[in-house]
Amino acid sequence: MTALSDPDNWVAAHGDYLYRYAMMRVRDPAVAEDLVQETFLAALKGRGNFSGKSSEKTWLVGILKHKLIDQVYRSRSGVQVENIELTADLSAERFDESGHWRASLAEWSDPDRALEKDEFWRVFEACVERLPPQMARLFLLKEMDGLSGEELCKALDISTTNNAWVMLSRARMRLRDCLEANWFTGQGNGGR
Amino acid sequence: MTSCKEASDLLSASLDTRLPVARRIGLRLHLLMCKMCSRYRQQLIFLRRAAAVYAARTAPLPDETSRLPADAAQRIAQQITASR
Repeated sequence: MTALSDPDNWVAAHGDYLYRYAMMRVRDPAVAEDLVQETFLAALKGRGNFSGKSSEKTWLVGILKHKLIDQVYRSRSGVQVENIELTADLSAERFDESGHWRASLAEWSDPDRALEKDEFWRVFEACVERLPPQMARLFLLKEMDGLSGEELCKALDISTTNNAWVMLSRARMRLRDCLEANWFTGQGNGGR
Repeated sequence: MTSCKEASDLLSASLDTRLPVARRIGLRLHLLMCKMCSRYRQQLIFLRRAAAVYAARTAPLPDETSRLPADAAQRIAQQITASR
């Protein structure tokens, strides 16, 4: 069972880590700073609730994750941005009228080796950034923060979980295409 | 009969939710017969693995964004002290 360290030390001990974590999601220094501040203040207020079962850092990251979800929710415009037409267009590109693949998928030899390469992660990140913003948020919230269908719908103002799954399928398809074009064919020789 | 287009969406959904049994069977049968969709399935599973590793990494951000700016750090530390 771990006890919390002195809160006056938290910024020095955890500030950089939380900031980096927030920056990976929000890409805006001012917003990331605000989120880090909100996280520490919430942690200060709620430190009686720390069970001691996880590490202090893990606990703080958990609070930050909730703040990040709220941030996504807050940064929505009032406009419905599901872009279902957009997702339908992509589908027409990839599949013919009888639902067959139009182009074949390349075989990726030993893809796990890519995970060890810094260059691969730059490509991966660029591919995520290329996604339409709503799709990128959806993908990141699902894969990195493990949100459920209902939570995703609430965070991103999607009307049904079915629509969320369809959009997620499109996001994954695009990512796959991007990684194939920019990494797995030509095996990291640039490809672009 | 499940088409490749349907299978691609079902494969993605199956990563996150339990498919209704009829869909699951249709998908499984399709995968037995379709090499391309089986390949897509492998690549989706890789994507998930990559995303998990990506989440765990603390790099790769350019240097100037990897540290909490000093003025922000000071301000926040003061806030914490003041709130106690």
